[in-house]
Amino acid sequence: MTDSSFDATNPPSRELLNDCVHCGFCLPTCPTYQLWGEEMDSPRGRIYLMDLAERGEIELEGAFTEHIDACLGCMACVTSCPSGVQYDRLLEATRPQVERHVPRARSDRWFRNGIFALFPYRRRLRAAAIGGALYQKLGLPALAARVLPPRLRAVQALMPSVRIRSAFASLPRRIRPTGTPRKRVALLSGCVQDVFFHEVNTATQRVLAAEGCEVLTPRDQGCCGALGLHAGREHHAREQAKQTIATFEKLPVDNIVVNVAGCGSSLKEYGHLLADDPQWRERAKAFSAKVRDVTELLAELEPQAERHRVEAKVAYHDACHLGHAQGIREQPRSVLRTVPGIELVDLPEAELCCGSAGVYNMLNPEPAEELGERKARNVRTVAPELLVTANPGCLLQLQRFLDDVPMLHPVQVIDASIQGRLPTEARMTE
Amino acid sequence: MLDHAAHKALVAAVGTENVISDPVQLRSYECDGLTGFRQIPSLVVLPRATEQVAQAVRACHRHHVPFVARGAGTGLSGGAMPVADGVVISLQRMRDVLDIDPVDRRAVLQPGVTNLDITTAAATHGLYYAPDPSSQQVCTIGGNIAENSGGAHCLKYGFTTNHVLSMTVVLPDGETVTLGSDSDEQLGPDLRGVVIGSEGTLGIVCDITVRLLRVPETVRTLLADFPSVTAAGEVVSDLIAAGIIPAAVEMMDNLAIQAAEKAVGAGYTLTTPAALVVELDGPEAECTAQFDEVRAICERHGCTRLHIAGTAAERAKIWKGRKAAFAAVGRISPDYIVQDGVVPRTRLAEVLNRIEDMGRDAGLRVANVFHAGDGNLHPLVLFDDDAGELERAEELSTDIAELCVELGGSLSGEHGIGTDKACSMPRMFGEADLSTMDRVRTAFDPQHLCNPGKLLPTPRLCGEQPGRYRPHPLEEAGVIERL
Repeated sequence: MTDSSFDATNPPSRELLNDCVHCGFCLPTCPTYQLWGEEMDSPRGRIYLMDLAERGEIELEGAFTEHIDACLGCMACVTSCPSGVQYDRLLEATRPQVERHVPRARSDRWFRNGIFALFPYRRRLRAAAIGGALYQKLGLPALAARVLPPRLRAVQALMPSVRIRSAFASLPRRIRPTGTPRKRVALLSGCVQDVFFHEVNTATQRVLAAEGCEVLTPRDQGCCGALGLHAGREHHAREQAKQTIATFEKLPVDNIVVNVAGCGSSLKEYGHLLADDPQWRERAKAFSAKVRDVTELLAELEPQAERHRVEAKVAYHDACHLGHAQGIREQPRSVLRTVPGIELVDLPEAELCCGSAGVYNMLNPEPAEELGERKARNVRTVAPELLVTANPGCLLQLQRFLDDVPMLHPVQVIDASIQGRLPTEARMTE
Repeated sequence: MLDHAAHKALVAAVGTENVISDPVQLRSYECDGLTGFRQIPSLVVLPRATEQVAQAVRACHRHHVPFVARGAGTGLSGGAMPVADGVVISLQRMRDVLDIDPVDRRAVLQPGVTNLDITTAAATHGLYYAPDPSSQQVCTIGGNIAENSGGAHCLKYGFTTNHVLSMTVVLPDGETVTLGSDSDEQLGPDLRGVVIGSEGTLGIVCDITVRLLRVPETVRTLLADFPSVTAAGEVVSDLIAAGIIPAAVEMMDNLAIQAAEKAVGAGYTLTTPAALVVELDGPEAECTAQFDEVRAICERHGCTRLHIAGTAAERAKIWKGRKAAFAAVGRISPDYIVQDGVVPRTRLAEVLNRIEDMGRDAGLRVANVFHAGDGNLHPLVLFDDDAGELERAEELSTDIAELCVELGGSLSGEHGIGTDKACSMPRMFGEADLSTMDRVRTAFDPQHLCNPGKLLPTPRLCGEQPGRYRPHPLEEAGVIERL
C-alpha cells in the first residue's frame, strides 16, 4: 500500500470516503455534471478521485486539483444523496490540502490573493465601491467588456450599481424592540452585504425590531471567514472565525442572526472548524448553536407586526448555502406567506446552483455564466414580478442575467409589507 | 494502450473537446454502479450527436478496438465496466428531449435523457413514461433499453420493451439503422426486441421513440406492516389470486426499512419485521372498490398497522423511501452488494427463509427490498470490505442468485447479467441456448468488439477472479514483477 497523497492534517477521512456507494443519485443535481456530463466533474467522480488520492494512487497536482477547483461547493449532492455522504466535510478537508500542496500559476495566485485581499474587508470594499461608481459614470463597463480577460470581465460584470451613500452608511448599534421584548439578538452585518446591500441590513433590523427583538449590531465585527472556508483558505477562515466569536460572545444575546446564506452556513460550521483547537472548541460550539438565519428566526416567532397586502407573483430562489447546506427551505417560504396577496412560485430545476457560489463566478467565469443563464431561463418560465433570494452572491449573479426582474432579499419584502409600501419601492426610500 | 492511428481516428470522430485521455480522469470511468469490477479504459469519447457515435464506432471497427457504451453509470451488474485497451463511448452529452407529441402520445429522446426527465417533459400534457426503475432520477433511457429495465410499476405496465416503439441503432460496424416503427403494430421479426435487453452487446441505441401514457385519474397508496415476511408474502399471493392487478406491490424487510427510514423519514415503522407498499391506480370507482378488497386481505393476514397516504406529498415520501432503499443501505453498512433474482411468486416465503439461513451461515446480514408482485427479489448483502468480507459476500450473493434459478426463477429480474453474472449463465441455460445467443450476437458483431465479455460467459472471464488487484503468488514470492 502506497502512502496517501494527502498530508496528515485533517485529510478527507477514509470513513467518510467509504460512505459513498457510487450509486450516482447525485449526478442530476450537480451543476458541473449538468454542464459537461463528465464523470470526474460529478460528486461521485470527485469522491472517487479523493479516494484514489487517499490511497496514494494519484497525485494532487494536475487533473485532481482541476476537478476539485471546478466544484462550486453548492452541496446539492448532499441533499440528493440517499447514503448520507458528507461531501461538504470531504470538500472542506480536500481544498486546504490542494492549497498547501499544489503550486498555482502566478496569474492565478495573484488573482486569488487579490480577491481575498478585497472582499473580506469592508473598508477596502468601500474604496472599491467609490472606484466602481466612478467607473460606471464614465461608461467604462462597455469598454471593459471588450478588452478584459474573462476573469476580470466577470468581476466587473458582477459589480452592482453602487450608491456611495449606502455603501458608507453605518448601522445603528442598538435597536429597541416594538412592544414586549421577545428576544435579544445580535446581527452579523457581513462584508459584501453591508457595502453593496446595506438596505438588506437596515430592513433586517427593522423587521426584527417590529417582531419584538432587540437588535445589537456590533461595529467591531469583521469578515466571518466564509469565503476563505469555502475556498480552502483554512488559516484565514480560522482567524476570522475566532475574531467573530470573540466579538459576539461578549454580547448577552439569545441568537446571532445572519441574513447571508453563505455566512450563515460557515457560522454554523465554526464548531467543526475549530474542533482541534482546545482553546476555542467549546466557545465555537456555543457560538454555532446560537446562529440562526433571519428567515429561520422569523419562522420561529409568531408574527406580531401587521402585514399589509402585497399583490405580487413572487419566485423564491433557494440559495445553495441556505437550502442545501443548512436545510432551510420551508422557513423562508412560510415567512413570505405571512404577507397577504403574495403568490409564491417555485422555480424549475430549483436545486441547481445559479453559478455564484462564493468567489466561484470570479474564479471560473465560463461555467458560472452558463449556469447563470440557465437559472435566468428557468426564472423567466414562471414569469415572476419579483425574485426573492437570501444571499447577496446570488443577487449579484442573477442581476447580471436578469436585468428585467426586480430582486430582493425576503426580509425586504416583509419590511415593505409591515410598512405598507410596495416591495420594489423599498430601495428608493433608503 | 490504443495505437496512434486508432487514437487519431477517434479524436477525429468526435473532436478533441469531446475526448478524455488524462490517466487520472480515465480512472473515474473504471467502474459503474458495481464498484467491485474495475478496468481503466484507454480513452473516453463523449459524442454530441448520433453521427458522431457512428463515426466513433466506425473508427473502433476499422482499428479493431473494443468499445463499451455508458449512460449514467448506475448499472448494478458491471454492464458498463470498460474493457482492457478499449474505449468508453459516454452518451452523457446527448441528453435532449427531441420531441413530445401529445396527440399520438410519443416522445423522441436522445439516449442520455434520464428516465424521470421523460415524465417531467411530458407532465404538462398530462402524460408520463411508465417504467420507473428506482434510480429513475439518474439512470438514462439508453441504459434502460440495454437492461430492459423494470421498476415498481412494471407489474401492471410492463417493462421497457413494452414502451419503446422504435430506435436508431448504431451497429457494431458503424452502420446506422432504425429498428421498430412508430405504429403499435410492428411487422416482421422483432429486431427491436432483440436489441432491448442485450446489455449493449448488439450496438449503441441513439434516437429513441417511446410511448407515453395518460396519468391515471386516481392513485391510492397504502403502507401495511406485517408480523413476518411470510405473512406479507401470502398477502401478495392472495391479491393476485383475487384478480387484483395493483400498479405496484413492494416488500421491505426490517433492515431495509431501517435504512430507508434513516435516509428519508417516510414514516415507516422501525420495528416491524416486514412492510408492503401497495398502490392502485385507474378510474376512481375501480380504485375504491379494489382498495377495500386489498385492505380486507391485509387484515386477514394479521396486518399490524395500515397507513393510507393522505396527500400526494405523503405518497411521494413513501416512494422516495422505497426507491432510495438500495443506496440508503450505505447508512447501515460500509459496503453492500445488490442482488437481483426472480422466483415464482408462490415461493417467496421459502426463498426468503433460505436466504436468511444462508446469511447466517456466511456470518453476513442480508436486507431484502423487492418487487413482490412479480417475484423480483433484491437481496442486499451487507459487508465490510476493510474487514476482508468482500469475497464471502460475493460468494453469498452469487449463491442467492443461483438459488433463484434452482427454485424455478431467473438469475436476473432487471439489473442484467453484465460482468457480474456472466459466469452463472450456464446454471440457467444449456449449451444449446448459450450457443444460439452467441450466434445472434455474432451476427450483429462478428468481431466481438461491442461490450465484449458481458452477458455471455467466456472461458477467460470465468476462469479468472475479477475484483480489486491482488498480487499473483509468484509476484509475492518475488519471482516475477509487474511493469
